[in-house]
Order: sequence, then C-alpha cells, then structure tokens
Amino acid sequence: MDYFVLIIAAIFVNNIVLAQYLGNCPFIGTSKETGVAMGMGFAVVFVATMAAAITWVVQRFLLVPNDLGYLQTIAFILVIASLVQFVEMFLKKAIPPLYKSLGIFLPLITTNCAVLGIAIICQRKQFSLLETVVFSIASGVGFLLALVVLAAIRERLEMARIPQSIQGTPIALILAGLMSLAFFAFKGMTS
Amino acid sequence: MIATSILVLFGIGFTAAVILAAASKVLYVYEDPRIAQVEAVLAGANCGGCGFPGCNAAAVGVVAGKAGSDVCVIGGPAVMANVAKVMGLELTEMEPKLAFVDCTGGERAEDVYLYEGVQDCRAQHQLYKGSKMCPEGCLGFGTCVRACPFDAIRMGPNGYPVVNPERCVACGSCAIVCPRNVISINGFTDDITHLNEINDCLAPCRQRCPGQINIPRYIEQASRGDYAGALETIRERIPMPLSIGRVCPRPCETECRRQHVEAPVGINMIKRYVADWEMNSGQRLPISCKPDNGRKVAIVGGGPAGISCAFYLRRLGYRPTIFELMPKLGGQLRYGIPEYRLPKEVLNWEIQGILDLGIGVRVQIKFGRDFTVKTLAEEGFEATFLAFGAWANAQIPIEGDDARGIASGTEFLTKVGLGVETGIGKKVVVIGGGNTAIDAARTSIRFGADVTMVYRRSRNEMPANDEEIADAEEEGVKYQFLAAPNRFIKDKQGRVTHLEYTQMKLGKPDASGRRRPVPIKGSEHLIECDTVYMAIGQKPEIECLYDTRGGCPLETTRWRTVEANPATLQTAIPNVFVGGDLFTGPDLVITALGAGRKAARSIHQYLTTGHIEVPDNLQRTMIPYTIFKDVERVAPIERTQMPHLHHGEERTCTFVEVEGAISDDEFKKETCRCMRCGLTCYNRTEPLQEEVSETSKNM
Repeated sequence: MDYFVLIIAAIFVNNIVLAQYLGNCPFIGTSKETGVAMGMGFAVVFVATMAAAITWVVQRFLLVPNDLGYLQTIAFILVIASLVQFVEMFLKKAIPPLYKSLGIFLPLITTNCAVLGIAIICQRKQFSLLETVVFSIASGVGFLLALVVLAAIRERLEMARIPQSIQGTPIALILAGLMSLAFFAFKGMTS
Repeated sequence: MIATSILVLFGIGFTAAVILAAASKVLYVYEDPRIAQVEAVLAGANCGGCGFPGCNAAAVGVVAGKAGSDVCVIGGPAVMANVAKVMGLELTEMEPKLAFVDCTGGERAEDVYLYEGVQDCRAQHQLYKGSKMCPEGCLGFGTCVRACPFDAIRMGPNGYPVVNPERCVACGSCAIVCPRNVISINGFTDDITHLNEINDCLAPCRQRCPGQINIPRYIEQASRGDYAGALETIRERIPMPLSIGRVCPRPCETECRRQHVEAPVGINMIKRYVADWEMNSGQRLPISCKPDNGRKVAIVGGGPAGISCAFYLRRLGYRPTIFELMPKLGGQLRYGIPEYRLPKEVLNWEIQGILDLGIGVRVQIKFGRDFTVKTLAEEGFEATFLAFGAWANAQIPIEGDDARGIASGTEFLTKVGLGVETGIGKKVVVIGGGNTAIDAARTSIRFGADVTMVYRRSRNEMPANDEEIADAEEEGVKYQFLAAPNRFIKDKQGRVTHLEYTQMKLGKPDASGRRRPVPIKGSEHLIECDTVYMAIGQKPEIECLYDTRGGCPLETTRWRTVEANPATLQTAIPNVFVGGDLFTGPDLVITALGAGRKAARSIHQYLTTGHIEVPDNLQRTMIPYTIFKDVERVAPIERTQMPHLHHGEERTCTFVEVEGAISDDEFKKETCRCMRCGLTCYNRTEPLQEEVSETSKNM
C-alpha cells in the first residue's frame, strides 16, 4: 500500500514538472509532437531510474561515510552526465532500435534538472533503494504524462487561431500554467 | 576534509572517465568519418535554420545524401565549398537570399491615432491593427531590429528599417517578428517569380501596369543616378525596356496620383532614358542567370510574350528554345509597329542581348505543320509555351470587299516590316480607330499617299493614343469621323475606286461605355480611293492547333483564343502554357511581356514541384482604398514633353524615329516629379509634421 501511495503521489500530486517545476526546458522544447514527447518521456523514465539508483549508491557508500553531504549536487551531476554518455554508447552498440528512438534525446537529458531533482528528492526523503527505484520510475512517468498531454494540446492548437505574438513558446507556457493549476486539484490527497 | 572531498570527486571523475574510455573502445560503432568532418566545417551555431535538429544532424543528413552542400543557411559560400570538398560533391550553387523590406512609407504614412503604449510593433498591431493609415506598411518601432541576431537591420532615417546586405544571413528572425509581413526573405528566384499581392506595397501605377514593374523603385534608383540598378529593377519584370520605353501606351500613367496636381509623371520616358543610356554606353549590363540545369522548354512564337518567357526561363536556369514562323524574332514589335516608332536597329540590339543569355532560336518553322506539341515532347522539351499571337484580321462583310486594293492593316505593316512590295496606291483609306489603324495611316503617309481615316465614332471614342492621333494629324492624315463603311465601288478591272459610307451620330453609351453610333438616313457619301486598309481588330489563328481529324486537345473560347487558368496560364494539357494575344486577344505589348513572365513562373514551379502555387491574395483589380481623388500639399512641376525630332511635313517622307530622347535636365526633373507613392503614402512637398506641431501649439 505504501508503494501505491508513493506512485500516486509521484505521478499526480507532486508531479515533477507541474507541481515541482523541474525540467521545464525539455517540457516546452520537445512538446510539439506527441511522438517526440513519448520518446523523450520514456528516455527520462529510463535515465531517471538508473541515475537515482546509482546516485543512491554514491550517496550511501561514498558521501555519507566520508561526511561529504555538501558535495551532493556536483557529485550527482558528474555521475549523471557520465551515466548518460555511457548509456548512449551502450544503446548504440547493443540495442540500436532503442537508440534510434531514444538516442537523440539522451544528450538533452545530460544536464536535465528533472533527473537531478528526482535523485536529490530520493535522498532528502531518505528512501531505501527499492523505494528510490519505484519513486523515480513514477516521477519519470509523471513527466511523461505531463509532456504527452501538453504535446497533444499543442497539436490541437496548430489548427487554432492564436494571435501571432503569442504563437509558439508563449502559448505553451500559458498552457503549462493552466495544466499546473489543474494538477493542483490533487494537492492534499496525499503528502 | 578538503583533501577527502577533492579525492572523492577526483575518484568519481576518474572512474567515470575510465569507464567511458573503456566503453568507447568496447562499444565502438563504425560511423562515417565524413560526418565528423562535415560537422567540423559547418557554422556550428546549432540554429536549426537548415531544417535539421542541430549541426550534427545536418552533417548526418549531408552524408546520407538528404541535403546538398548548401545545407548551411548561415554559412555562406565558404562553408558550402568546404562541405562540398569533404563530400567530393559538385558545388550546388546556393542562391543568396536577403531580408527585403517592402515598405518605403515610414514616417510618410499618416497616423490614425496617437499611441503611447509599449514601443513594439507587435503590441501596437494588437490595437486596431496599428496606428498607421496604411494597413500593410511598417509601424516603425524596430521590433525587427531587436530580433536580428546578426545586427544586420537598422532603423533607417525615414522611419522604416534598412537591411545591411553584408551582415544579413537571411535567417528570417526579422520576418517572423514583423506583425505586418513587411519583411520577407527574398532570393533571386523569388524576385523574378513574384506576382503582385494585395498586401505588397503597391503604388497605383504598379497595380495598373500589366507587367507589374516596380515603378516607384526604378524611378527612385534613376533619380539617384543608379541607372544600372533601375534597369535591373525593370528587368525583374520585363526583359525589353528599350522597346517598351518607346511603344508602351502607358496604362500606368492613367493611375498616377500626380495627375491630380498637374499631369502624370512621364514614367515611360524615364524608362526609355535609362534603357537608351545602356544602349548608348555600348556595353550591355550583366544579367544574372542561374546555372544551366539542362531542362528544355519550347516556346512557340517569338513575339514579346515568347521572348519574355524565354528570358525568365533562361534566368531561372532552363534551356528555352524559341520557334518562330517569321524570319526574325519580335512578332508585332517587328512586323506590326512601324520603324518611326521603334527603329529595327534598337529592336535588334535588345533582342540580341536577350538571346545572348543562351536562348535557342529556330526561325521559319510553322507550328502545326513542321512541328506539334507531340513532336516537341518527343524531342525532349518538358513544357511548351504557346504564344503565337493574334494575326488573323477581322473582316466587315460588305459589298465589294473582294475588290483589288483592299487589304488589312496588319498585312500592310508586315509587308513593310519585311521590306517587300506592298502595292500601295496614291489615295489611301484606313478603316478603324485603333493603334494599328494609326500605324497603317502614318506608314502610308510615308509612302507619299494621301490618307483618310474612316472611323464610325468620334475622336473622343478612338482607342488609339491621343498623342498618336495628334501626330498623325500633324503629318497630314485626314480624319472622317462618324462614318460607317457601306460598300466599296470597283472599276472594270476590279480595283477599288470609292468607299461609300453613311454619316452617323452618337447615341446612348453601349456595354463598353462608349457612345453607340446611330446612322443618319440618306447621308451616304463617297470617298475616292485606290487602296483600303482595314484595321478593325485581330484574332488568333488557331487552326494550327487542330490535328488532321479536326480535333483540338486544347479548349478554345468564342473569341478564338485558347482557354487557360488566368492565374497560371496553364491549359487543359498540364505541360502546355499559353500567353500573349493568343490568350487575351489583341492587347498591349506590356501585357504580353507580363504574361511571358507569369508563364515562366508557372513552368518553373510545374517542372520543379509539379504544382503551381497561386497565392490567394493576388492583386487582380485596382485596390480601392489606394485610389485618391486629390492629393494634398504637393507643389506642381510641369510635365516634360517628349521632343519630336522632326515635324509635320518633314516626317511624311522619312521612317526615322519621330520621338527623341529627353535631355538630362528634363530627365532629372521628371524623376523628381515622382512622389514615391506606396499604398496610401506619397511625398508631400510640405511635411505633415508642421501642421501637427502647429495644432499642438494651439492646444
């Protein structure tokens, strides 16, 4: 039951983009088509999970024993960036079809604050390794959900008459704000 | 503490580096080394202007053959050459493009309300579409200047932006932010294939000109002494400034706003002056053409429409060939317009310049007899442009019209043009009131004949130009107005001796707006004559389109012209296009030149994309809000008169050109008379500001 609450909270209540405002750059940048949004979303799920797991290990066995908690951010960035590079190379060699569909998004994730944010939140809440993995998958799915919904709306907007001056990114930001308001309805369901 | 932290971070970094280094060896995937090479020579701005997501993707695209060496839009020729070198490709010529500001109104355009809001064009545009009276012009807040990442656009002194061509890379940032679409990214192809659209900055003269010449622009260039630039502007729309500068009846001048001050600007005399300047300089200006793409297009008819189409197709990179029935090119310009209006020497010089661009010519070859659309296709011509004009003469079937000595005006003029025996007598009657009739009459005078023109309406209804009517009179042509031919009387040998006509009076206006002539009973008169030239209208000879079984693959109209889409000139056969008099019926030279360019545009689009684009905002009629009844605050300057090289009697025995060139001073004065109109703005002699500041003082 605990895990169920954790998942619901991560996807809806504390949605990584719409409630925590992390990862806004790819949220706006890759939400023009649903196909691209799906690719990006799954890439985030994949990378966030791996990053959270590895940074959990780094934190638990390297930083905490040496009393180096203040190095968390820089160490995590280092780890995540290397990890993404490695994953990219690995996918290219081992699973080319997956690389073809996710590959172009991987460099975008290298320094994505949503991925870093998920890893840091897991540490703040002092999750166990299993909890960390479950939470980061759910958070990634939350990102995927928000991204795909926004992309679907923006595809519809292609056919709408939008004043020229707010076409493109401006209207996407307005939409993001409205979606964020909608997600606020989940507040208080669980913490 | 510090040592541990450094050590730990170093440890993490080192481990990651080792793993990545190992991975790059173990997990190495072969990638075309040219991708990295191409990426290295690209501009590296990751701007996405090429349509690929970033320079790396563009490099992959180039290596995969999805893009040519011209992939990089901001790199320019140097980058292109480098990419081509890496790929071992032939250099595909990249068409240089520039941001182009269409509006020249700026401060001259009146404000309709006082605006003190955010100083941004887009903001103001939200408020009743901007404060300017002109609905299409520049608002002048310089939003484009701020949008330009290359600092290539500046606010000019007159309230509209000016592009610095050295810095502009045609990225399009300025065009995107402009709420009024004043700025466009234009290349050479766009320049010569553009058709007037209602949101272009169209002065009334530009709207009226069937050739769509940018008149205010070339006059402005000419006034600055940039004659080469003026000619280039003219040649974006028509290929023959020398000829048109002499023969055009100047429909543009009928719309000139200056006529509400004193008289219209002498637009055509300015064109003639700059064209004469080029001819007299002895050197032809270079005419830019795209490299030969090897695609062949056949042009049937070497008149103005055919020459114009060939000229623009050649400039767009095609290989046009003109097929002409007569021994020389020029069509009605050569065989219809007499020497004294357009000297053959001038026409030859102009046509030679056009052919020298690389246009093939086959003369004395008849369409329908020697070749057909089918044989052209077999020969490898991918498209055909039919423009063999309207050379058949209309007849009035009256008694005695089979008499000897009766011929059509065009037949006579063609014979004169060819230099063969015309069989002209001593007393000539010309029937008709158009320009062909006047040409026939004035040519007859030069053969020493006594000439009377018979026209069934009065002088005011004559379709010919007023100057020409006056010139003909000066040369001794007699007019018999309100006279309708009844019958011809012939002698025993069958030669015409008299023309009998009925006197008419003018009744109510008919459908064409001209007053219909009504016969006066019992008013028959005789005119003595031995030669009659009828010039009452022409129509196309379309018999050559029919095959031996009498079938015609093209639709024809009841005016015996060929049916086509008026916006594209495409006929029922998709790769056959039609233009000039064959499409419109007898019309002006400038109309035919315009049609030639329109057809070239259609053929170009048809051959490259298979589809001809027709903008839905094409300007077809005069735009009502741009037509003014009067213009305020403009000081009058008298219009220059075209000088006549010789007068009256003198002219009756010579074919030497009648109208001379205007002097340098007159030319300067005439260019200054142009008010550089836009859609609503024009130059006022006294600025608008004075009145505004005075009213504000009173307040």
